[in-house]
Amino acid sequence: MKGVAITGMGIISAIGNSVEENYVSLTENKIGISRIQNIPTVHADVIKVGEIKKTNEELVAELQLSENNNFSRTAMIGTLAAKQAVENAGITSINEFRTGLISATSVGGMDMTERHYYDYFEKPELVKYITCHDGGDVAEKIAEELGLKGMVTTISTACSSAANSIMLGARLIKTGKLDRVIVGGADALAKFTINGFKTLMILSDDYNKPFDNTRKGLNLGEAAAFLVLESDEIIKKQNKKVLARVSGYGNANDAYHQTASSENGDGAYLAMKKAFEISGLKPSEIDYINVHGTATPNNDLSEGRALKRIYEDEKVPDFSSTKPFTGHTLAAAAAIEAVYSVLAIQNNVVYPNLNFEIPMEEFDLKPQTTLKNKNIEHVLSNSFGFGGNCSTLIFSKS
Amino acid sequence: MKKTYINGVGCISTQKTFDTVFLEEAVVNHDENVLAIVPPAYKEYISPAASRRMAKGVKNGIVASALAMKDANVENVDAIITGTGLGCIEDSEKFLKSILDNNEEFLTPTSFIQSTHNTVGSQIALLQQCKGYNFTYVNGAVSFESALIDAKMQIEEDEANSILVGGVDENGEYTTSLFKLNGRIKADNNAPYDVLNSTTSGAVYGEGASFFVLENERKENTYAEILDVSIINTLEENEIEAAAKSFLKSNNLEISDIDAFVLGYDGNAAFENYYKNIAENAFAKTPQLYYKHLSGEYDTASAFAFWMAAKILKTQEIPEILKVNAVEKPDYKTILLYNQLNGKNHSFTLLSK
Repeated sequence: MKGVAITGMGIISAIGNSVEENYVSLTENKIGISRIQNIPTVHADVIKVGEIKKTNEELVAELQLSENNNFSRTAMIGTLAAKQAVENAGITSINEFRTGLISATSVGGMDMTERHYYDYFEKPELVKYITCHDGGDVAEKIAEELGLKGMVTTISTACSSAANSIMLGARLIKTGKLDRVIVGGADALAKFTINGFKTLMILSDDYNKPFDNTRKGLNLGEAAAFLVLESDEIIKKQNKKVLARVSGYGNANDAYHQTASSENGDGAYLAMKKAFEISGLKPSEIDYINVHGTATPNNDLSEGRALKRIYEDEKVPDFSSTKPFTGHTLAAAAAIEAVYSVLAIQNNVVYPNLNFEIPMEEFDLKPQTTLKNKNIEHVLSNSFGFGGNCSTLIFSKS
Repeated sequence: MKKTYINGVGCISTQKTFDTVFLEEAVVNHDENVLAIVPPAYKEYISPAASRRMAKGVKNGIVASALAMKDANVENVDAIITGTGLGCIEDSEKFLKSILDNNEEFLTPTSFIQSTHNTVGSQIALLQQCKGYNFTYVNGAVSFESALIDAKMQIEEDEANSILVGGVDENGEYTTSLFKLNGRIKADNNAPYDVLNSTTSGAVYGEGASFFVLENERKENTYAEILDVSIINTLEENEIEAAAKSFLKSNNLEISDIDAFVLGYDGNAAFENYYKNIAENAFAKTPQLYYKHLSGEYDTASAFAFWMAAKILKTQEIPEILKVNAVEKPDYKTILLYNQLNGKNHSFTLLSK
């Protein structure tokens, strides 16, 4: 069997608190973009976000955390998704095999840092939240909740982070360093990122419209998703059900600009090219591309050009961005889109790229705009981040 | 399976670790609980205009990586892998403060852009026009070791021939004040600060950037071979010895094969036993070294230790200032490094000549 087996998935996003809920939303056009409720911000009436409609108190209760816990929102949604994934994979004894956890985040527990930043010195009861700021804190908390003791690390390469955690997990299994790896990412909405993207002027005041000629920018979102990857030895030994496989991966750097993508999408092109090499697949064998498609003018142009370069004279397969449903969930984006890719393979569907009206003038690329049923063997998923970080994953039917 | 060699090193730290032989100018600072880097001549590496806009960590990362590449005599690498605990924390502080102070108005993007954890790795890629693999790990005390594990795997699997790998962290004023508040850094006005025989909790803090060129072939200028790197999230005090032995065993080594044992003592009396138990028992007859009295504690301080171990293997000399005990060996072939933070994020790194 080519590729690394996926045996479990867990997700929480603006369009659902489980894999099933997310799938229903994707296929019934239930979008998660709305006005922000959980964070008081002066931009509340201007921006739209993909928010998980649960308060921190509700999340604490759901996770049955003690009163003196110091979980950030990011850590809570991360733990929820990771627990679902482990349960879905039927794992009862987490340290039975050499098991690792690779998480991903952009700003870690910034939601707590920004909330309490100036109060720490006055309120001793808040001091416990200082350590939340650490990028590794989320993985630390998830590991503790899962009882996982072995290899735990975190990747932070902005909006491609979770793609890279999936990639590392697949490599750790392929090389025999680990038997089982829980991979994914988590990012909660924070004033820090809202204002950061706002100053970069890439937030839309409307619903995001990926690959549309009139696109104005992205809607931020929050989410967490984790997948369980397992070695073929475990699969055989335990006669496990394989949901799909990670068959290809590639990472490259655009080396063009700290926050902008190059006009020709060099990094994106190289990442896709590497992923095809690893998988041994030809571009024409891809049935669906879950594009990064943030709906910023820059990303969609760069990604589109890279797609045209990869496919040369061939037709680009059905593609769509699922960000009109969820918003751009930053470091978690590639993890939730990995779950969506696996669901596309399992259910043989292409999700609609909502809000699309007018094709971009630069090329003849038109995303799939309605739900489409067809056999799906291979899905390619792109994720690109600040710092020119470009990642591609390919998922295949087992 | 290809082997991984350290063929170039570059270190910016709280000691003069550039334009020197090997720590001959090192001094132990007992007066301060937060140590600052000895700055290199940035203008030799970065134009003043660019330098003004750059975060401290980015600048140090650029200089340390340039030193490593020059040392290895290479002009480009196939991949760049970085570890950092808090990234460019000064810019995170700056952006967050302006959000809070100005009620989310009148903001400029510069500090937000720099605050992203992968800024150092991507700025180096941008400068070198390196379009290869580029990862950044951010997992506290194992951030650098995560980068090492990844790099070693790339070389073993023939995915890359040469890799720039490094650990970088910078001090931010507000963050250090928070770390004093929560006890991660030793309290103010408690000098003399001592790392080895401390009775107080918290660490003496530092900052730095250490970068290395790893390649798949032994060259004339090779420092050492990386035999193995392992990270373990959770270990109890009484599990360290067994973990160390099993790590050595998986490399067909025993404690007696280790010519020097580098420990991450950081002056935090509350977690000292993680080092002390194993040092005073299983490794009692092994030369023991420490370094955080020179580098200070920070998430990627273990990259300073990695630099130090590479230097020892190449020069076959151990500066007196590093020694914990008086045990000596006729020559130094194999070095084991062990680090942890607050009983979590343990790492074992094994280097050989």
